Amino acid sequence: MVDTIWVHAEANEAGVKTITLEMLAKAREVADDVACFFGGDGDDVAETLGAHGATTVYATGDLDDALIGVPVAAAVAAMIEDGDGPDLIMCGTTYDGRDVAGRLSAMIGAPVITNVVDIVADDDEVAGVEPVFGGSTDVTTSFDSDQPGIFLVRPKSFVAEESGGDAADVEDLDVPDLGAVGTAVVTGRHVEESEGPKLDEADLVVSGGRGLGESDSYSMIEGLAKLLKAAPGASRAIVDAGWVPYSFQVGQTGKVVKPTLYMACGISGATQHMVGMKGSKNIIAINKDPEAPIFSIADLGIVGDVHKVLPALIEALEARS
Amino acid sequence: MNVVVCVKQIPDPADPGELDPETNALKRDVKLILDESDSYGVEMALQLVTAAGGGEVALVSMVPNSEVSGLRTALAMGAERAVLVSDEALAGSDALGTARVLAAAIGRLGEPDLILAATESSDGYTGTVPAQMAQFLGLPSVTFAKSIEVSDGQVKVQRQTEEGYDEVECPTPCVVSVTAGVVEPRYPSFKGIMAAKSKPVDEVGVSDLGIDPDSVGWAGAQQKITGVVQAEAREAGDIVVDEGEGYLKIVEFLEGLKVI
Repeated sequence: MVDTIWVHAEANEAGVKTITLEMLAKAREVADDVACFFGGDGDDVAETLGAHGATTVYATGDLDDALIGVPVAAAVAAMIEDGDGPDLIMCGTTYDGRDVAGRLSAMIGAPVITNVVDIVADDDEVAGVEPVFGGSTDVTTSFDSDQPGIFLVRPKSFVAEESGGDAADVEDLDVPDLGAVGTAVVTGRHVEESEGPKLDEADLVVSGGRGLGESDSYSMIEGLAKLLKAAPGASRAIVDAGWVPYSFQVGQTGKVVKPTLYMACGISGATQHMVGMKGSKNIIAINKDPEAPIFSIADLGIVGDVHKVLPALIEALEARS
Repeated sequence: MNVVVCVKQIPDPADPGELDPETNALKRDVKLILDESDSYGVEMALQLVTAAGGGEVALVSMVPNSEVSGLRTALAMGAERAVLVSDEALAGSDALGTARVLAAAIGRLGEPDLILAATESSDGYTGTVPAQMAQFLGLPSVTFAKSIEVSDGQVKVQRQTEEGYDEVECPTPCVVSVTAGVVEPRYPSFKGIMAAKSKPVDEVGVSDLGIDPDSVGWAGAQQKITGVVQAEAREAGDIVVDEGEGYLKIVEFLEGLKVI
């Protein structure tokens, strides 16, 4: 056990992000006292964070249009330098979470343990578990530092659960003078609308990869996804090739998914893809190459051409509806 | 406009490698190649310099063992020169140590207008180095860029978000990390490959950068690996060769799950 953990809280219009609540659930297990730090107005999040076990939320107040990584990290670094910091810090593996962790680590000279999917604690030390080689090996790493260690936690590693606490106390998190490092500003925000369920929340996911051959064939993935009320996804290869937007990407660099069913169509199963989907309850894979690594984790593997199997499947499903 | 690109030479990802049982570090005694993630930064830098009407693309990289084959690929694409920090003391460096060394190496290249890096390497994938390095350089940073424009001393970036993207502006000099797929990396031409052989690579040691060798590598890493275990393996299920009826197996499976 450790005395105090601080969790980086993130929120959007819909409220506190799930990744924050997942980290709070684990933090409660590992620490006697759990608090949050937040780049925004603490009153907006205090109730939810308290209900998930945070006793206090240190909040900067409105940061206007600043990119939040630098101001949030600088404010936390100042508290740590004043001797008011925690024993351990948790940030989510999100775009802003990685900025906060990276900046804070360099400001206070603390190490970051990244890609953490589990945290193990005993009397002496706390360690993070990170999957490597596509998830075939788990590496456990502990901190060896005088500064509070920082964990970067992957989404869906823990299950969010309310603890029934009162609203967290809101305390000021003062942002010091930032100088040149704090000059990046957000001038516009764009939400990419997508139909159907969201990729990282969907119960069914149908993904396509390089085996589709050409960009136009991705319409088969979308067609099948629509029939199954699934979210369409993609491997990094076809995102890099520009066939679909980055927001479709499943894997290490993209979204982590754990649906009831994951269908990998024309995806060979590169390490970076498998890490993002191997937690799915059921996996169906269709690939021409019988040696494709994806078959080693598939519950049902079809060795065949997606251009033959998918149209037949779509026709069969349409006939039923 | 002068752009510095941070590049990493990694073992071929097609050959996923293994951990050294003595040290629990990734074995790196195989031939190294340019991390594909970094080819996007190199291409972006070349395009930005062309758009600006002149300037230079330079590279920084670090290795424990003088390896340059991956650097030559980036030089063949069109970068002009490189600083290679090569020092046995670097073996075992964590992300923070890496950022410290790269920041110091960039200092040898004068005052670039822009520093580019990939969002994360394909072998270590911590994804924290760009922000850490920017902090050591005292510069602002914009991470996860999917497009970059530079004009009048301002960088305009479309930054990836969970919901879509943000438009972010930042004065130069600054650090920007680019996502894969932002541009189509060019293949080195034969002429480029030949020219790359004679482009200057400034090879320096850690102490040449004014960094204490004990603060990097194994000695400086503030984290230690305490366990390596095989993860619980997922069993492979039925593998069926499609002879026209493969789709029926899928229908059956979907029925079993009650999703249709």
